[in-house]
Amino acid sequence: MGLEGYRDIKGKIIFKGQEISKLGIDERARMGMTFGWQEPARYEGLKINDFLLASKTKKDEKFSIDALEQVGLNEKQYLHRAVDKTLSGGERKKVELASILTMDPDFIMLDEPDSGIDVATLELMFQVIKDLKQKGKTIVFITHSLAVLKQAEHAFLMCNGEIIQKSTSDKIIPYFENKCIPCPHKNEPDEEVSFDGR
Amino acid sequence: MGDETSTLKKLRNASSIDQNTINNPKVAHLFIHQHEVVGSHLIPGLNVDVKSLEDSIKLNIELEEGIIVENPVQMCFGILHKKGIQRIIMKTKIGKKSKISIFAHCTFPNAVDVKHIMDADITIGKGANYSYFERHIHGDFGGIKVFPKAKIQVMDSAIFSTEFELLKGRVGLIDIDYDVTCHKKSILDMMARINGRVNDVIKIKETGDLIGDFSRGVLTSRVAVRDNASAEVYSKLSASGSYARGHVDCKEIVQDNGKVSAVPIVEVYNPKAHITHEASLGSVDSKQLQTLMARGLTEDDATDLIINGLLS
Repeated sequence: MGLEGYRDIKGKIIFKGQEISKLGIDERARMGMTFGWQEPARYEGLKINDFLLASKTKKDEKFSIDALEQVGLNEKQYLHRAVDKTLSGGERKKVELASILTMDPDFIMLDEPDSGIDVATLELMFQVIKDLKQKGKTIVFITHSLAVLKQAEHAFLMCNGEIIQKSTSDKIIPYFENKCIPCPHKNEPDEEVSFDGR
Repeated sequence: MGDETSTLKKLRNASSIDQNTINNPKVAHLFIHQHEVVGSHLIPGLNVDVKSLEDSIKLNIELEEGIIVENPVQMCFGILHKKGIQRIIMKTKIGKKSKISIFAHCTFPNAVDVKHIMDADITIGKGANYSYFERHIHGDFGGIKVFPKAKIQVMDSAIFSTEFELLKGRVGLIDIDYDVTCHKKSILDMMARINGRVNDVIKIKETGDLIGDFSRGVLTSRVAVRDNASAEVYSKLSASGSYARGHVDCKEIVQDNGKVSAVPIVEVYNPKAHITHEASLGSVDSKQLQTLMARGLTEDDATDLIINGLLS
């Protein structure tokens, strides 16, 4: 999802017991799978309310109002604004998360969820994500951030396109804290510079 | 005001103008069917002289100096018949330090072979504010040709903003030609939003001359074409006044076998002036599309939502 131009090289993607690697983004979404961008798209003229209700058959404004409230945005200020360049990066992240909330999927992939947002907003987003988790949703983060990693139960450490460690997240945390020094990655430069400056 | 004639009522209904708006004595209105005035109401300070001719109608509109018109003036130009020509020759003079907003409804719901020609000459006096919103309502047949042409002088410290909207029904052929001259400290804001399909032809020519010091201008166009429709947008903004600032912004989305072209021309004749332009032509943005599809919309539904937003 969101990786247009990439192609599958091996393996299968099984979701709800079904092989979905050949399905399009929209078909996967209708099965309950969605994603959020590191930097969400902007839409000239498209109102936040219409954006949030895009996934709903019943276009009831109360879904939008409820989702905006959950992500800490005031409906009076935001409902009829456009999802355009007048929104800050953080606001667009919140609006995108709100659109995921109105969709109510089972599986959510979030690319760098803390990118471009302030600390207070980050706490709020983590709370929303915790609430989703409690409702039984599966959430996958793509992250370079220790703060985000700490929200996860399980983690896969990837380097150079390969999974080199999979574990509970507390076992991956040292890789972040030690700046990956123990990582035996395969893409070493000719003259590697160590992190202590030598 | 008085009882509505049948033609006035049909025009009003086709234009979706609320009857309460027309009955409000504080709201001026002028309804013209082909070359005949079928309804009018004026307010103090706004003078309209009309001359109906066999092949055209001449309008002299004058807003007196210092008059502030609170409510948008409702104007309706239309032809309800399937065939016909409407030629409007309009001269507008907006007095110094006055303010007016006009909502023009151009309504041709049944057009099979209709031509609408507007030839306007507008002078906006010093410090005045003139806003003109033109909404076209066409039928589904596409048998209409529209030729709006205007020459506008925006005098010192005056403001001219205009929006041209053609979203409902078939475009047919539209050939817009607006030429605006901006004097010292004046402001120009011109926008066109048009949605073409089947074999519609859209031509937009908009020219702004920022000759006055500190004058500012923005030319914006938003066009979407699908099926075999085509669009040509020619936007020219030139600046010769010191500290004149301008921007040309053109977005055209093309689907199916549609064709679009844009010619943004920016010219600067003064080292203290500055003009920028941006143009984006082609398909709907992939990231926008993927986001909406990831919420379950089909590609077609997602595209429609994006285009509707862009043209809204």
